[in-house]
Amino acid sequence: MTQLALVIDLNVCVGCHACVTSCKEWNTSGPAGFMTDENPYGKDPTGTFFNRVQTYEVGEFPKTETVHFPKSCLHCEDAPCVPVCPTGASYKREKDGIVLVDYDKCIGCRYCSWACPYGAREIDEEQKVMKKCTLCVDRIYDESLPEAERKPACVLACPTSARLFGDVHDADSDVSVAIREEGGYQLMPEWGTNPSNHYLPRRKTHMHIHEDELQRADNPLNKEQRGPSGPVEGTTLDDSTSW
Amino acid sequence: MHPAFSVIFLTTLIGVGQGLFLALFTGQSYAAVELVPSQDSATFYGLGGIIAFVFLVGGLIASVFHLGRPERAWRSATQWRTSWLSREVIALPIVMGLIFVYSIMHYFGLDTVLYTSKAGTTLQLSLIVGALGMLFTFVLFICTGMIYAAIKFLQEWACALTPINYILLGTASGFTLAAAFASSNAPDLLGLYGNWAIIITAFAFITRGGSLIRNSRIKAKSTIQSAIGIRHPQIQQKAMGMQGGSVNTRDFFHHKTATFFKIIKWSFMILVFPVPIILLWSGMESGSTSTLLGAFIIQYVGLIAERWFFFAQANHPQNLYYQTT
Repeated sequence: MTQLALVIDLNVCVGCHACVTSCKEWNTSGPAGFMTDENPYGKDPTGTFFNRVQTYEVGEFPKTETVHFPKSCLHCEDAPCVPVCPTGASYKREKDGIVLVDYDKCIGCRYCSWACPYGAREIDEEQKVMKKCTLCVDRIYDESLPEAERKPACVLACPTSARLFGDVHDADSDVSVAIREEGGYQLMPEWGTNPSNHYLPRRKTHMHIHEDELQRADNPLNKEQRGPSGPVEGTTLDDSTSW
Repeated sequence: MHPAFSVIFLTTLIGVGQGLFLALFTGQSYAAVELVPSQDSATFYGLGGIIAFVFLVGGLIASVFHLGRPERAWRSATQWRTSWLSREVIALPIVMGLIFVYSIMHYFGLDTVLYTSKAGTTLQLSLIVGALGMLFTFVLFICTGMIYAAIKFLQEWACALTPINYILLGTASGFTLAAAFASSNAPDLLGLYGNWAIIITAFAFITRGGSLIRNSRIKAKSTIQSAIGIRHPQIQQKAMGMQGGSVNTRDFFHHKTATFFKIIKWSFMILVFPVPIILLWSGMESGSTSTLLGAFIIQYVGLIAERWFFFAQANHPQNLYYQTT
């Protein structure tokens, strides 16, 4: 079984919000209709987004680290938002594990958003239906696009390649290798939702410089630069063997 | 959670309607075995059933305001296999239908005797309809309670006390209203309803108080550390990813001060339990309908505060991601 998901590398994310704007641009222009913006140029702009980048400060000054944290639907393997839906508008696709909302069936009761511990679902205040990340389902299978572009908009937009996209059930995929080898983890594992999206932790890359790396002891130039020795006194091997 | 008035009115109004119907059916079953004198079909069971029905209709109307797309509400009956909300959507019209049929049978005298025992006790058709109504009334109470209790990470709700409180609080308010109704239309039953109303209110005090104690001791399973997966005791959110707020900042928090929150808690603890018990007692002594009606109105106002508090107290783990509101 396939389970498409994102792997987000917190070590690389610089918090530029390119994934947010690109997600909004793609999904507000799609066949599923616009994503409401209220007061976009006013005092308190608000609206529906599938993806947001948050910022956290870890530690106490001066020993702090800023962590940019992109947050979207995690496409849980055991998605708690799906069984609570009274209409069946919320569903998880068998084919690729994407959790979707059928906007034509949703009654806007908000029960699924209560049942999501991550706050990944946002109701569209104008269309009155629940909306959430679709993993750009209208893009990743689009054969009119070049194959390299059949990825979610956020993944393509990321300038630092902090977002990987692939099948987490395929042990050899990029995402599975990254999760396995870079310490990928899930959010709020205590609720047993088994999120498909994983995060890669911050990793410190330390540089170790040893003394002998600064001063090369075995530099062959040291020997070569020693000036040539003068003429040799007496007979040499060459004298006796030259004929 | 943000307490939505549509849901507050839905749950409290259908609670009264269900409780009042349970009271009427209790009265009729007691009368059938001659524990209490039987009452006039039309002016007591019929009219009382219609009052209960009106409360349920009120609740149904309130629920429509909670839906974004009420015109598609019929779809919400399809997922009864997995969703408690869907089960409630099925149970509510069944209860309404049975109560409606029960009242009409009494009001227009359409009842028939199905069986008469040698001792002279009779089994009437309305008792069968009433028994079904009682069964589905409890099903509806359980569905309503389980909608909240089934969300395991809303730890304040995920507890057997949640459906128990819905059953007891709804029934208490219904019996209080029944006592007021009986004092004018069936004085013989005032004692029965008044005493039961006091007993159920007292039980509800124990279970609701129990859930308050339980909730005050909850240790949240999710922390900011598990939410973003960084193991450091000191994590502070600096930006939520938006400027003017979002659904996440509006729908999951009550946005009131701690003082207001405390005032609501104490007001409902006083208005739902001790005040109606005292008024019920004095109303039973004097037989005054206005005192008993006062008991019901005060209890109902208290229940609105109780329901507000019920929602406001639930702390959704998604709030961990939205801390700079």
